[in-house]
Amino acid sequence: MSSASKHIVSDRIFILVWLALLALTGVTVAVSHIDLGPWNVWLALSIASFKSGLVIAFFMHMKYENRLLKGFFFCALLTLAIFIGFTFFDVHYR
Amino acid sequence: MSEAAHKDYTGAKLGMWLFLFTELILFGGLFILYAVYLHRYPAEFAAAGSELNEVFGAANTLLLLSSSLAIALATSAIQRGAKGRTLWLVGATIASALIFMVNKYVEWSAKIGHGLYPDGPAMLERPPGEIAFFSLYYITTGLHGLHVLIGGALLVWVWLRVAADAIHAEDYVALENSGLYWHLVDLVWIFIFPLYYLII
Repeated sequence: MSSASKHIVSDRIFILVWLALLALTGVTVAVSHIDLGPWNVWLALSIASFKSGLVIAFFMHMKYENRLLKGFFFCALLTLAIFIGFTFFDVHYR
Repeated sequence: MSEAAHKDYTGAKLGMWLFLFTELILFGGLFILYAVYLHRYPAEFAAAGSELNEVFGAANTLLLLSSSLAIALATSAIQRGAKGRTLWLVGATIASALIFMVNKYVEWSAKIGHGLYPDGPAMLERPPGEIAFFSLYYITTGLHGLHVLIGGALLVWVWLRVAADAIHAEDYVALENSGLYWHLVDLVWIFIFPLYYLII
């Protein structure tokens, strides 16, 4: 059966998100040519995380999902953050 | 009579997301390896990264971002019942997957031709940090490329199902879930591109 809560995202929103993603890719390439020392990788990761947020929220529809799915997603991110965090504790204080 | 096939839209989508979470953890593990080795060999990573072709990387980024847009538009199109438009958009996504793989093939074969592959002659002469970089490059982009192939195959199946009217405005979760898989492929590449191709 089709879902009762069928939510159709307008093409305009998708195209705006796509333009933002292209612009951010341009920014990523541009800043990679400037030597910022260790900040290069942090800047690249910040932009990549923001782009991922756009893809997940709009293209993957997460913004329009119910609380259950959002909660699950949050748990997955938390798990990932915990195992990245703990690995870094280990590497840093070894 | 309860002879109609049982459909559970929410369950199907939740199941797909659960699978995608395991994929996030899988690729997350590879990015952790990257981070740990980058921490240990920053200079070698910069030197090795500069050998990757930025233009190929950027072209593949544009392809994946644009095909993600196409499959997102396809989901909206099928919800509105626009079959022709859906077929066109899914077809464009499949074409992007193919072009992506052709780029990857050209890129990999140039490297392999120079003996730069795991355990290859040119690779073994390198310092350990560069060996770590290229090994991770092959594993991560290889696993990602496998996902592009699987995603492309899934979308061919979706295209045929849409053409046969088995996926339509009232039952489109197969297209939506395949689209989610395709977005994941895009998501992983968003991190691969700066970390491998643009590292300085």
